[in-house]
Amino acid sequence: MLVFEKNALSEEIELLVDKYGMDRSSLLQILQDIQRKHNHISDFAQQEIARLLNIHPVEVNSVISFYSFLHSEPQGRNTIKLCQTISCDMAGKQNIEDALTRELGISFGETTKDKKFTLEHTNCMGMCDQGPAMLINEKVFTRLDPEKAVNILKEVE
Amino acid sequence: METKLDKIKKRTGPVLFSKYTRGDAIKKVISIPREDVLFELKTSGLKGRGGAGFPTSTKWMLVAASTADKKFIVCNADEGEPGTFKDRVLLMEYPELVFDGMVVAGYTIGAKTGIVYLRGEYEYFLGQLEDYLMKMRDDNLLGKNILGKEGFDFDISIRLGSGAYVCGEETALIESLEGHRGEPRNRPPYPVNTGYLGFPTVVNNVETLSSVPHIMVKGGEWFKQHGTDKSTGSKLFSISGDCEKPGVYELPWGTSLYVLLQLVGAKNTKAVQVGGASGVCIPKNKFDRFLAYEDIATGGSVIIFNESRDMLHVLENFMEFFVEESCGQCTPCRIGNTKLLEGVRKIKSGDYTFGYINTLKDLGKTMQVASKCGLGQSSPNAFISILENFKDEIFFHNGNGSK
Ligand SMILES: Cc1cc2nc3c(=O)[nH]c(=O)nc-3n(C[C@H](O)[C@H](O)[C@H](O)COP(=O)(O)O)c2cc1C
Ligand code: SF4
Ligand code: FES
Repeated sequence: MLVFEKNALSEEIELLVDKYGMDRSSLLQILQDIQRKHNHISDFAQQEIARLLNIHPVEVNSVISFYSFLHSEPQGRNTIKLCQTISCDMAGKQNIEDALTRELGISFGETTKDKKFTLEHTNCMGMCDQGPAMLINEKVFTRLDPEKAVNILKEVE
Repeated sequence: METKLDKIKKRTGPVLFSKYTRGDAIKKVISIPREDVLFELKTSGLKGRGGAGFPTSTKWMLVAASTADKKFIVCNADEGEPGTFKDRVLLMEYPELVFDGMVVAGYTIGAKTGIVYLRGEYEYFLGQLEDYLMKMRDDNLLGKNILGKEGFDFDISIRLGSGAYVCGEETALIESLEGHRGEPRNRPPYPVNTGYLGFPTVVNNVETLSSVPHIMVKGGEWFKQHGTDKSTGSKLFSISGDCEKPGVYELPWGTSLYVLLQLVGAKNTKAVQVGGASGVCIPKNKFDRFLAYEDIATGGSVIIFNESRDMLHVLENFMEFFVEESCGQCTPCRIGNTKLLEGVRKIKSGDYTFGYINTLKDLGKTMQVASKCGLGQSSPNAFISILENFKDEIFFHNGNGSK
């Protein structure tokens, strides 16, 4: 990481600490914002957050490892989360899964070479009456069929 | 300020989906003493809709009675149980019920701060909720001296989860709000004593809070006229799976599965999973059972399986869910769920003995008593009920066309 990038990130984290408060209870919100913007929370970011909140970096890392939406390794610019729970499964989740892996040429848990997409499974996301459902970043897509799912990919930047 | 929410067409139903004008419950309660609010709530018989069914008035009373400097009301909008989505409908279409309920709680227990813990998966409507809160502030339904009531200050903030089912468990939720891993705590102490940041905290489900404004405006007696003796009021059911009309339905407590299945257009139904992955599987010869705390208590998830479904596949899906979502803190749950999943896969491949199956069922019973929180205590329910009720299909392959 370049020095000016590090400085920019430090500054960004300082702003977040100001916004949410210099307090342990701000940790998750800070992590969520960094994850959203940088698609992961780098070692350096973890150290900075720990320093500014006055906690041990191991604590920060252990929180990241607990939550499925937070990552210490870089993700793609867009994360696709396909619901794998029973109602979506019965509504045809497997067909969507096959179409997505074929289209992107990667398996679930992987990121495309151009870093555009990461493909993940997720558990029930509260759209069970409109399955199969998936999230791309925070946006929700429901009543998918293979064609629709693939077309949605084309519209993502 | 006109928001997107003003344009949503309202549903109809006996209690929750009956008419309510925003702010009405707040106007009503600030003119009466807190004791009267608690009395009305007690009369209503309202019990927690998050699954555990704890009497809401008792919880509020415990926190109201505390003399701590700070108190909190937390709305549990983590809604992660497979097959449930009614809290999403309430938040998106009826925010006036959820938020007015929180304001009434704040007034009654003496809290100045309300926090909504919204699951990360629901971030897509966070902006809409924030807009609604702004509108409430503009109208002095939040903020200082609410509606002119001297000294009644209350505001609500929304915090997002980050994809962990166990954070719906109230003590894990508090850990998460405090910036920790969402690992459930030993109880006692309960959140009503030692909650968020160590202060007395009421944690209520979205639907529980949404019932409160109706009770305040129309009265506890009115509420009690719906439902059964022990299960007063109505319940939202989230219906998914094999039926023509999935969605959210408001029905009085005490409705039988049979009636519910007719209503949603379910045909050739073989089984119904009530209560999500941690609930129980009811086979068709028991569809006369009814939904109520007296019989099948539930947070409202109803997943329907028709004759074409393979129940072992269903069970495998549930066990995969628990293996992924166990926080791993205690051994019965961490190891137990892995063993049960392994068992299901062995049954699937025909590699089992009945001695082994019985050992697994015993393991499930141990998990029910030895696990630290509700996740591990209830995760064997599906395993036990599906293997019991679908023996023929699973072990003798003579179920109704399931293979
Ligand atoms: C693993 C687990 C997950 C839970 N998830 C939720 C949830 O998503 N929403 C909820 O309201 N309650 C959930 N609960 C129940 C809460 O612990 C708590 O009982 C509830 O929020 C209390 O509110 P109520 O009295 O209004 O029902 C969960 C419990 C367990 C053990
Ligand atoms: S029962 Fe499971 S989820 Fe609950 S504390 Fe133990 S390991 Fe964690
Ligand atoms: S099962 Fe997929 S959203 Fe609930």
